[in-house]
Amino acid sequence: MTRRLLSGDYPRSRMLATLLLLILAGLAFAPFAFPGTRSLDVAAKVCVFILLVASYDLLLGYTGIVSFAHTMFFGIGAYGIAIAATRLGPTWGSLVLGSLVALACSALLSLLIGMLSLRVKTIFFAMITLAVASFFAILASQLSGFTGGEDGLTYKLPQLLLPGTKLLEAPLFGVEINGRIVSYYIVFFTAAALFLALLRVVNSPFGRVLQAIRENDFRAEAIGYRSVIYRSVANCVAALAASAAGILYALWLRYAGPDTTLSFDIMIDILLMVVIGGMGTMYGAVVGATLFVIAQTYLQDLMKLASDAAAGIPLLPDLVHPDRWLLWLGILFILSVYRFPAGIVGKLRGRQ
Amino acid sequence: MSEPRSGEHPVLETHGLTIRFGGHVAVNQVSCAFRPDTLTAIVGPNGAGKTTYFNLISGQLRPTGGRVTLYGEDITALPASQRTRRGIGRAFQLTNLFPQLSVLENVRLAVQSHAGMGLNLFSVWSGHVELIERAEHYLHRVKLTERRDTLASALAHGDQRKLELAILLALDPDLFMFDEPTAGMSVDEVPVILELIHEIKSQGDKTILLVEHKMDVVSSLADRIIVLHQGELVADGEPATVIASPIVQQAYLGLAGHE
Ligand SMILES: Nc1ncnc2c1ncn2[C@@H]1O[C@H](COP(=O)(O)OP(=O)(O)O)[C@@H](O)[C@H]1O
Ligand SMILES: [Mg+2]
Repeated sequence: MTRRLLSGDYPRSRMLATLLLLILAGLAFAPFAFPGTRSLDVAAKVCVFILLVASYDLLLGYTGIVSFAHTMFFGIGAYGIAIAATRLGPTWGSLVLGSLVALACSALLSLLIGMLSLRVKTIFFAMITLAVASFFAILASQLSGFTGGEDGLTYKLPQLLLPGTKLLEAPLFGVEINGRIVSYYIVFFTAAALFLALLRVVNSPFGRVLQAIRENDFRAEAIGYRSVIYRSVANCVAALAASAAGILYALWLRYAGPDTTLSFDIMIDILLMVVIGGMGTMYGAVVGATLFVIAQTYLQDLMKLASDAAAGIPLLPDLVHPDRWLLWLGILFILSVYRFPAGIVGKLRGRQ
Repeated sequence: MSEPRSGEHPVLETHGLTIRFGGHVAVNQVSCAFRPDTLTAIVGPNGAGKTTYFNLISGQLRPTGGRVTLYGEDITALPASQRTRRGIGRAFQLTNLFPQLSVLENVRLAVQSHAGMGLNLFSVWSGHVELIERAEHYLHRVKLTERRDTLASALAHGDQRKLELAILLALDPDLFMFDEPTAGMSVDEVPVILELIHEIKSQGDKTILLVEHKMDVVSSLADRIIVLHQGELVADGEPATVIASPIVQQAYLGLAGHE
């Protein structure tokens, strides 16, 4: 059972297995273990980013493709639901339609980019994806009648998903079971299922070919694998998963805008998460996304506490001022890459 | 199992095959046909264009002129991967492996390609036990069984050459192309390789091209020798005749020429 679920790809480190189980338990019971709007927001964001980062790992870690268009596919998913809900009203039908259209667009666009440009060198492919993604971001902000421009779109969702909808008369374990909890579990279970599907893909015969192409594409061709086709399929699968993550995120936020999905900052966050967690491991996405999102959210709080506590001491309050959080995150990042070049997962596995 | 088919239609033909690198013509108007159940040795001094001729046949390079046909069908425009799928198998002169993958995985990938399973996205690779067993069989044939879990990059040079051959065997091609398979191997390793080529030859229906420098090897294995010199095909025939011909004595064996 576990073997089939994990596609035979075990954590291969007791520490890592423990860490993954803790994260799984934390996310599965988040509404009860960490009640409160903010912590549930963090948990949902972790779920979405685990899926998003795992799909990026399929590209970068397993196939050796450097793409900057991942947030574009993330955005296509989010805007797909947002536009459908805005235009067609808050019904399940419009959500399904919006999702399907978004997924179809992502599949087509990713295959097109792949077929046209995956023959070229890695660096040129990276440049092309950067150009396409920038163009798409500009397009989204220009077509403001449709996309809400810089302000983005805020919309209603079906009744079942709204915070005011109570499902149970009495609270369960002291928590009121409302539409937000339903939304959270839709996000959690979909993200978990799709993560396991990606884990299957990288451990399939196809996934093994991707690693061979990353190692030596000349030789992979010579034993009969047409690398442009394999790269394009990988690109398409990753784009579909990123769009699914976008759909879940838009479902959770009830908002889609440039800074929640399309911005280049998010692309950088994804890169950091995949590297911190450990490239080419899938489990790295789980660890990387969890730590990063939590740090992103709570580092500022922590620094505010430290800054207040250090009041009166020269220089120190300034250094730990919450506005410097990105600086500290950067330092943490450099230290972690320097200390664990194979990421946290690589480090934990290496100790065995 | 099958009767000699030397008289049958050629498996592979090159027609006026030519490639230019800038001003330098590396392969020049080479026309030649290769029939089943025949081992053809290709000889010629370093830089004669033997490896380049191989690259044109197996699809790593596109010619500037001429055509390649497989079973009479023009494959000049096909990429290397599709030529492999159609039965052309190539071992490389400079060892060319998947360095960070295990020895077994290097071979298993070739078995998987031959089984046409590369685009299977939803099964677990390790569940396809039959592919793993076949890969193990080929490793056994080149006597690399003990190294199955080693990374390819950690193998000694001679073992890397053997792995190269195991990958070729795993592709189960109709046309085998060996480019100096024993180069750089120690004396006691060479017989393993020659024995292997001999086994393939005795299957009786395979077409084999062999680039080899060691004349004793060539004369013991080859049914036919062709000589390349400065990109041109300059001699073609029975081993004894070709080896004795003045052009080989002069061009290949490097004996002082009579002007
Ligand atoms: N990709 C290439 N670009 C430029 N010149 C090449 C290339 N490949 C081979 N050559 C040249 O073609 C000639 C034939 O080389 P090669 O086929 O490797 O000879 P051989 O295998 O007979 O020793 C050499 O002069 C070599 O320098
Ligand atoms: Mg050569």
